[in-house]
Amino acid sequence: MARDSGGPREPAGRHIVSSQEPIYAGAVLNDTKPSAAVLERGRHATDAELARKADWIRLKTIELVGQAGLGHYSSTFSCAEIVATLYYHVLRLDPGSPGWADRDRFLLGKGHVATGLWPVLADLGYYPPDWLGQFGKVGSPLNDHPNMKLAPGVDFSSGSLGHNLSVGAGMAMAGRIARRDYRTFVLTGDGELQEGQVWEAAMAASHYKLGNLVAIIDANGFSGSGPTSEAMNIEPLGARFAAFGWQVKEINGHDIPTLRATFASLPDPVTGKQPVVIIARTNKGHGLEMFEKQPQAWHLGLLTDEQRTDAVAEITARMELAE
Amino acid sequence: MTETHIPAQHPQDPAPAPKMVDVFSDIERETAFKVNPAGFAVTELAAADDRILTLTADLANTLAEFREKFPERYIELGIAETNSVSFAAGLAACGYVPYIYSMAPFGVLKTAEQLRTDVDYNHLPVRLVGRLSGLAMGYFGTSHYAVEDIAIARTLNNTLVIAPADAASTVALMKLVATTDAPAYIRIAEAPEQVYAVPPDDIAPRFEIGKWPRLATGGHLTIAAHGRGVGLAVQAARLLAQRDGIEADVFDAAFLRPFDEAALAQSAAKTGKVLTVEDHSVVGGLGSIVAETVARHRLSADLGQVALPAVDLEVGVPAELYEHYGLTVAGVAAKARDLVRGGPAS
Repeated sequence: MARDSGGPREPAGRHIVSSQEPIYAGAVLNDTKPSAAVLERGRHATDAELARKADWIRLKTIELVGQAGLGHYSSTFSCAEIVATLYYHVLRLDPGSPGWADRDRFLLGKGHVATGLWPVLADLGYYPPDWLGQFGKVGSPLNDHPNMKLAPGVDFSSGSLGHNLSVGAGMAMAGRIARRDYRTFVLTGDGELQEGQVWEAAMAASHYKLGNLVAIIDANGFSGSGPTSEAMNIEPLGARFAAFGWQVKEINGHDIPTLRATFASLPDPVTGKQPVVIIARTNKGHGLEMFEKQPQAWHLGLLTDEQRTDAVAEITARMELAE
Repeated sequence: MTETHIPAQHPQDPAPAPKMVDVFSDIERETAFKVNPAGFAVTELAAADDRILTLTADLANTLAEFREKFPERYIELGIAETNSVSFAAGLAACGYVPYIYSMAPFGVLKTAEQLRTDVDYNHLPVRLVGRLSGLAMGYFGTSHYAVEDIAIARTLNNTLVIAPADAASTVALMKLVATTDAPAYIRIAEAPEQVYAVPPDDIAPRFEIGKWPRLATGGHLTIAAHGRGVGLAVQAARLLAQRDGIEADVFDAAFLRPFDEAALAQSAAKTGKVLTVEDHSVVGGLGSIVAETVARHRLSADLGQVALPAVDLEVGVPAELYEHYGLTVAGVAAKARDLVRGGPAS
């Protein structure tokens, strides 16, 4: 690789096979120029602001799932603080130029929580907020799982569990080859770690010393069948990743100061030699008492109108208290 | 497996029994083009396009020259095919053009879902080069056969599925694919008969995306073949013309997706008889493409297949296996005669 190239030279050629022009192909484009409004890493946000954003993600999830008629509430609730901290404080982003080559990448390995991502991307300006009104409808770019060909801001499609850590490792490798300083974050579920491909990727990431790759495990302890380790034991997670050559950070995934400090302590993306896994211990359904009591029952479901009113009231009250 | 399953080709001939052929050596430039054209081609392409990277899942020896020239652009991923496909998709999403060199049986069958979900659905220019397709792995056993790969790959909406006939066409087709932005599966036949003249002695064969070069013209039947079947079809057509007065349209069906529907339908309408030749199962490959096309165009045509039966396959040295299953010049000619003269249906 020519060392002064800063990445691949030529723009991609033309589509020959595809009959449909994609609505959006931002993630594939390797735009080298950022827009005027890059959101820098570590930008200012107070703990209270991030906590409120997390609860706002929960409220929007309730709204979107209600609109579609079915959805993954409790899985989204467990990672709300993680998503809020990343998007409003940690990631270097450029909503005005979603394909900017130097942006940090975020892959939603647990694609079934896209309802938590859509309001955030709209809020940051990747697309107009009224797109949310089309969620779940035929022709909407926003589906229950993210599609990079449809929605700006989605760095890679997901839905099939176990793929995205491999994809993220490839993106991190691309960063190393091109000598770019972006980081690639992959958020996976804990049940997802039962997929063998995850461990192929884990092996490759440490083999290639991808210190620009960060896996975040939303370890909420549940998968579709029930408690994750009853279905198939995945513990001890920290020891397993350490044995695969990763740097392990095990934290409370709802504690914003801890999340912030953990992200602040990541190795330098250019010189770091070890991929990092953040094992975020979380509660499935966190932030709503009804879900916390029965996390499994709310893995996939739909709140009744009455339940929805109560849920919104509970979360809104907490948000007002935090103000 | 006993010898009785495989009739000897020439019982009176004392020639030594066929052996497995080493199809990997590409250290010498001369050998590289003929024996490992897919490794040769990617090395040439990479010199002109620094987006090109190569990856292998434990198939490093097919890329000896590439690794020597571009060590920083070669990524070994170990015996982990599924990871290699998704990993390549990640590279492609950052602007690179990864070529994955894999054994066809593991490269396609094991990773079908990664190819579909991560590569095809996202329209990413990942190129999977499947070495050792069909029965090429011979006595390594049925686990190492790739005879269902086209059936799977041709259901991928955005992926080019290509099966070159020989070394020259492998290089030409890989250069053509490199001008596109599409995902591709390139299925390599090992040690096939030479069909096209070898550059620089002659010009390289010219291909267009989705078009089938016509290698012979005739009105009695249509023969469409891909991969090692093309060499057989060309020779069989010559035999048929000389000995039986049967003239055939012969097509190099190198493109399985998109395929040359117009040329096929036109020829089938003219001859009313179509024979397909392929080192692949009778299910889902070129034979199925032809049957679907004939039906879709409401043509009346008799169809024949020289392909591998949809049963447990025998194990042995490739040359003997091809003899056993009739994937030979004589086998193709015999099926063609039956088809033209109204012999037993196949």
